[in-house]
Amino acid sequence: MENKALKTQDSLFLKLTEALKKELSLEKGKEKIIGIKFQKSGEDWNLEELKVQDPEEDITRELSETKRQLKAVKKRLKAAEQQLVKQEKLASLGLLTAGIAHEIKNPLNFITNFSDLSVEYLVEIEELLQDHKHLKEIKDAFALIRDIKTNLGKIHDHGHRAEGIVRSMLLHSRGGNGHYDPVDLNALLKEYVNLAFHGMRANKNPINVEINLDLDPNLGKVTVNAESFSRVILNLCKNAFDAMREKAGSPSAPDDYRPKLKVSSFTENKKAVITVEDNGPGVPDELKNKILTPFFTTKKGAEGTGLGLSISKEILQEHKALLSIDSKEGEFTRFRIELSQKL
Amino acid sequence: MKILIVDDEKDVEMLFRQKFRKEIKQEDLELVFAFSGKEAIEILEESDPPSVVYVFSDINMPGMTGIELLQIIKKKFPQIKVSMISAYGDSENYNRAINSGAKEFFTKPIDFTSLKREIRGVLNT
Repeated sequence: MENKALKTQDSLFLKLTEALKKELSLEKGKEKIIGIKFQKSGEDWNLEELKVQDPEEDITRELSETKRQLKAVKKRLKAAEQQLVKQEKLASLGLLTAGIAHEIKNPLNFITNFSDLSVEYLVEIEELLQDHKHLKEIKDAFALIRDIKTNLGKIHDHGHRAEGIVRSMLLHSRGGNGHYDPVDLNALLKEYVNLAFHGMRANKNPINVEINLDLDPNLGKVTVNAESFSRVILNLCKNAFDAMREKAGSPSAPDDYRPKLKVSSFTENKKAVITVEDNGPGVPDELKNKILTPFFTTKKGAEGTGLGLSISKEILQEHKALLSIDSKEGEFTRFRIELSQKL
Repeated sequence: MKILIVDDEKDVEMLFRQKFRKEIKQEDLELVFAFSGKEAIEILEESDPPSVVYVFSDINMPGMTGIELLQIIKKKFPQIKVSMISAYGDSENYNRAINSGAKEFFTKPIDFTSLKREIRGVLNT
């Protein structure tokens, strides 16, 4: 009898629960009522809903969250992979360059030296023919000899150019093995900016540049590998000169354009900072990342090897220094070297 | 004065003969060539004492390297001067050569002006 009553009560509860579940689950949507707890307090029944998040909803949300995370991970992986491929390429390039570069020197040895020899012979032929210059045939031969000499000069120059590229490749593949010593950074800057300027003036297409050195006298000594670090300064200055030459020669440059190079040193958060700024054509945003990549060059034809900045970057990495670039197209390019050591 | 040039590249002979043709004609300079370290040793052993007074050797050669050749020459014929001519002008090769007794170290592409200066210096002594 008691049992039966309990059973009826049970089934009543069940039905009630069912009904409530349906209603509540419809209403609440996202939360699912999985039960109702009846608790008698005195004469009254308290109903307590036992709810869970809709499991499907949960799964969907979880899935989309996972998907989002996966996407982010995938993106990071892809970036890492690209970086790895790049490094791998660089590493194998480094190994290859040393080997190839040396082997290229052998044929270059013959190219430059045999072309020089041939010029010497032509000079001798000219001397032999000197007395017969009045003959038309000899005159023609002289004209030909002149052309051949020009061609041989070109062969020599291009051999020399290839030699320069090989040398940069070797510098690139060789680790820094110079010494790190405390160096008067301002003196180094003065010396090498000056050297870069005179190098530029002594070379093809010199330009007039106003040089402004703004060096912090309180900088003191900084520990660098002077040999390689000076190469970075030379290189940044050379790039600045090349960029400003390009701007000076472009028809869109203002008539009153005057190339200016500003090299500054100062301290920031107790760290030494060097900036090299030119008022050349600037670097477009889309190229800012590329210009540090080996063999990337914006210089025309024979002008650049595309290794200068990547070598500089590598040297600065060895110094644990940061190289960054700031530029506005048509206005300026500023390279910034931040040395890591506290002064 | 007899000079031996050792290089596995055959064109070296033509280059040197032409570059030094005046010295060969006018001065007392004789050039002999070997295209491997082994051949170089054979040439040096042809007469006793060897007629060669100065050896210029490449470093990177198949078989015996120039450094090995240098060490053998310095041991067997210490009176012969040896200088290296190499495309590998890095400090490691340089130090190895100089420490093994090389007189000078020339890099490729060869600067014949300095090479001629070196040979003339020896010719005049």
